[in-house]
Amino acid sequence: MAEGLTKYYGEQRAVDDLSFTVQPGLVTGFLGPNGSGKSTTMRLILELDAPTAGDVTLNGKHYRDHTAPLHEVGALLEARSVHTGRSAYNHLLALAHTHGIGRRRVDELIDLVGLHDVARKRAGKFSLGMGQRLGIAAALLGDPSTIMLDEPVNGLDPEGILWVRHLLRGLAAEGRTVFVSSHLMSEMSLTADHLIVIGRGRKIADMSTEEFIRQASGGLVLVRTPQAAELRKALLSGPDVTVTAAGPGLFEVRGLTAVQIGEAAAANQLVLHELTPQQASLEEAFMTLTRDDVEFKAADLESEEAVCERGPPRLSRSRGSRIPAGLRSCGWLAPNGRSCAHCVRRFGRCSRAFC
Amino acid sequence: MFAGVLLTILLPVLFAALTSSHWGSMSPHERADRHPLDIALAGVNVSQLAIAVLGVLVITGEYSTGMIRASFTAVPKRLPVLWAKTAVFAVVAFLLMLPPVLIAFFASQAILSRHHILQISFSHSGVARSVIGGAVYLMLVGIFALGIGAIVRNTAGAIATFAGIFFVIPPLMNILPSNWNHAVSKYLPSEAGRQLFSLTHDANSLSLGAGARLFVGYCALTIAVAAFLLVRRDT
Repeated sequence: MAEGLTKYYGEQRAVDDLSFTVQPGLVTGFLGPNGSGKSTTMRLILELDAPTAGDVTLNGKHYRDHTAPLHEVGALLEARSVHTGRSAYNHLLALAHTHGIGRRRVDELIDLVGLHDVARKRAGKFSLGMGQRLGIAAALLGDPSTIMLDEPVNGLDPEGILWVRHLLRGLAAEGRTVFVSSHLMSEMSLTADHLIVIGRGRKIADMSTEEFIRQASGGLVLVRTPQAAELRKALLSGPDVTVTAAGPGLFEVRGLTAVQIGEAAAANQLVLHELTPQQASLEEAFMTLTRDDVEFKAADLESEEAVCERGPPRLSRSRGSRIPAGLRSCGWLAPNGRSCAHCVRRFGRCSRAFC
Repeated sequence: MFAGVLLTILLPVLFAALTSSHWGSMSPHERADRHPLDIALAGVNVSQLAIAVLGVLVITGEYSTGMIRASFTAVPKRLPVLWAKTAVFAVVAFLLMLPPVLIAFFASQAILSRHHILQISFSHSGVARSVIGGAVYLMLVGIFALGIGAIVRNTAGAIATFAGIFFVIPPLMNILPSNWNHAVSKYLPSEAGRQLFSLTHDANSLSLGAGARLFVGYCALTIAVAAFLLVRRDT
């Protein structure tokens, strides 16, 4: 779909040599921190902005060359694109007229997105959530084969978020291409099958959501056993295996899968009380990726251990904060830019000094 | 806009009434200087600002609300958006301004006729053309403003630009040596356009045909520049 896409706004580089393909039948999450170029990329896809270099096509054609673009792609852009003096109904109707779409379809969508009661009100008075619903309705107007939404859950209530999640999954299940941007990793982990992660306009990752989480969590397995010393010995025979004590009778094992550990324990007739593959949350995986791979280079890797051991000079959160359930670390950042999660992954513990 | 329409009618009525009541005290020279069409079409000068603001808003309204992204997403080739807006606006502007200028003409004549002064027949040579020309002029002013709106993309900026061209530059010309002034002024958009609703054309103004062609040319040029930029620029 996109090839070598690059966009400069003056001197500012917004998108840098970005290439990717979005598959039909899947929800593809487009992740990146604020200002990483997600919205710009979507604007380039819709040819609202012209790329400085590179090319982007939809179903083999430039967006501009499609005779009925709303039937090809339905898009919701982050910034609101509604005439404030127009009612929701008239906004959709105006867009519908450009493609010969009838009133019935407009009524259908108004009901679908739950704007029935306010359809005749001025769109300028809409709340952020209502605006998003209207934008989603506009995106679906032409019954398009590709749906592209920029931060669709922004400003939606929990019920609305759930609704969007089901909607996106449903659209993908119908075989449509669904491309959704977000900076909410947790939301994407529930919605997306595939992830494209960008930072500073460059592509960092392009893989399935499972693969992404697995890679980022570094294959950490939590093992609880009363026969600690024996197990440690049995496991450490393999290459590239690290075993870190995490408490009495509790280990974190790296370099082996849960299956391998279980079989090793059985072979040595050792008792296991717990054997849990640890999944980093998408949030953490994302932070690790964008932080380590983009902003910091290998040069400062050496001092890192010292920082993690000693703890940073000043913390953005008081010591001893409770680590939220399901997270391996508290996730706060050290002033040197390293995340606590990073130290946990690298050194197997969430240093008290750190969190 | 409503105020514009209203003033187009009320101003000539007011002027007609004033002229009638003061006719007795006017010198022959002053009387000779009065022309019924000038009175009838006095409102055009006011309503051109109203119609220009409307023309600017047709485009900049989309930019200020972000609607332009929705429009260009639905019509990515973009130019049809400009053509459609121009066409719809032209028709609306003409139909909107034609009744006021007609009413203004007949109302002012009715007032003047009670004093049996400054009578001119609608069927008189050039009168119908001038009155309808007033509406055509206003339509073209609107199109010109619409083009500026599409170039500047900002309501305040576009209205300021329009006002600069139509209301600031012409009086500045009076500072020039008069032979320069006469040579240049008649080619300004406002002066060229004025020939559309002027009954007489003197040495310092263009003829009806030349003025009309030049003013239409200005409008076409503005729209052409707007079209060029519309396709080229990021939204």
